[in-house]
Amino acid sequence: MEPILQVQNLNYFYSMGTPFQHQALENVSFSVSRGEFIGIIGHTGSGKSTLMQQLNGLLKPTSGTVLLDGQDIWSDKSLTRQARFRIGLVFQYPEYQLFEETVYKDISFGPRNIGLSPEEIDRRVREAAAVVGLSEAQLQVSPFDLSGGQKRRVAIAGVIAMEPEVLILDEPTAGLDPAGREGILKNIEDYRKTHNAAILMVSHSMDDVARLTDRLLVMNGSRLAMDDTPAAVFARAEELTAMGLNIPQVTRVFLELQRMGLPVPSVYTLDQAVDALKKCRGGGRHA
Amino acid sequence: MLKDITLGQYFPGNSVIHRLDPRTKLIVLVVYIVALFLAANWVSYALIAAFLLTVIKISTIPPKSIVRGMKPLVMILVFTAVLNLFFTGGETVLVHFWIVTITAEGLERAIFMVLRILMLISGTFLLTYTTSPISLTDGLESLMGPLKKLRVPVHELSMMMCIALRFIPTLIEETDKIMSAQKARGADFETGNLVEKAKALIPILVPLFISAFRRADELATAMECRCYQGGEGRTKMKLLRYHLWDYEAFAVGGILIAAVCVLRAFGL
Repeated sequence: MEPILQVQNLNYFYSMGTPFQHQALENVSFSVSRGEFIGIIGHTGSGKSTLMQQLNGLLKPTSGTVLLDGQDIWSDKSLTRQARFRIGLVFQYPEYQLFEETVYKDISFGPRNIGLSPEEIDRRVREAAAVVGLSEAQLQVSPFDLSGGQKRRVAIAGVIAMEPEVLILDEPTAGLDPAGREGILKNIEDYRKTHNAAILMVSHSMDDVARLTDRLLVMNGSRLAMDDTPAAVFARAEELTAMGLNIPQVTRVFLELQRMGLPVPSVYTLDQAVDALKKCRGGGRHA
Repeated sequence: MLKDITLGQYFPGNSVIHRLDPRTKLIVLVVYIVALFLAANWVSYALIAAFLLTVIKISTIPPKSIVRGMKPLVMILVFTAVLNLFFTGGETVLVHFWIVTITAEGLERAIFMVLRILMLISGTFLLTYTTSPISLTDGLESLMGPLKKLRVPVHELSMMMCIALRFIPTLIEETDKIMSAQKARGADFETGNLVEKAKALIPILVPLFISAFRRADELATAMECRCYQGGEGRTKMKLLRYHLWDYEAFAVGGILIAAVCVLRAFGL
């Protein structure tokens, strides 16, 4: 399948030409196809946030290119602006960027900036609100009267309303309770399915990325250390630990079981673990 | 980038200037500014400049950072230079063109004024670059101590200043973040006329104010949780104490202003 987003040999230096200069990205290359759910993991300061801002043209790479549908997003000013609309970026704690009087107006900020017709804006706002599970009545209240979790939903809806083909989220579930986390993750998954959008999600929850994603990008020391399926990435548990990263809890339990000499496979989600245990028990009975 | 603003930033270091008592630095800075305004000729300017450069050298602050701090002032400097250049009357006319007259006196005055502002600002920068906000407010509080008798809330004032200085970098970072987030939603801060540009600031200012109030609230709670209740009966962990180098600094400051006064008296 033709990739929608391609990143080639990306290098980025902060504070170029000053004594504080340091490299935040080193030779990063990968590509993203429509409908993919990609997890980005990495230690704090490994370059994840910098990478995300490169993808939609908020930061200009020192060298290397970001191609959207095969076109360099920096080759033309209008293309850079287009990239911001087609690649939606949800920052960490996005609820702190809300500013309008009503939820409806806040969600419509992005679509209004695109310059859509009023009918199209209305359709998109209502659809985005539905995706994140906001009721009609909530559209007319002030976003500042909502709870933290609901504010987060409004902020995410504000980006979804631009109907981006690639949706990038920086720790969308940070600081939420378990129910809130599940809800938001499900909304993201729904958006991917209905719009065939590519999702890139930065997360520190190995359990979440193991369960949801098709592919994992592992950032370490401003380099892309791994780019593989969750199974393949979590099989390299020792390397991950050396980078200061974790593996899913259930994977750790099963690795320990293997070490104790039990014939169990490597798993990385709870469902797989349940299957493996059932098989084990069944096998035991037959023997 | 917003991050490049260095106004009021502290550069940690271990030079003699860093170790000086903040009160010493404040007093010597005032003496330095007075000397700067008393200076009326090239010799005293050269003397003050030599003093400034020596202090910069000793402080190990990269001169580049000081130059960078000047950038926002370029407009003021240009304005001052132009005003003084064209509107100073004098005998020796250098250039006369249409209604524009430039005199030698005007030229001299313009250069003096620009130098004065430059030296004034870099001297002040040196203070904030080499003194952490906390010791700076400690020094101010101690210097303004006598005003307490006049019921001036000295402690509260210095605490407010300390918090303000502490939060400048935080708010700059916050502004940067909010700007990026709104840009990601297609906000445009560059194009459009003045009204449109002002309107484009709303999506930044509203979240910024809300977060500033939230931070203030959280900080107040955190201070109360640690039983903060103003300066009454409050003791200090680090008591300010003058050392030998402080007296040396006072001596240097005294000599500087005496020299400038003498030069002025002789009209050199």
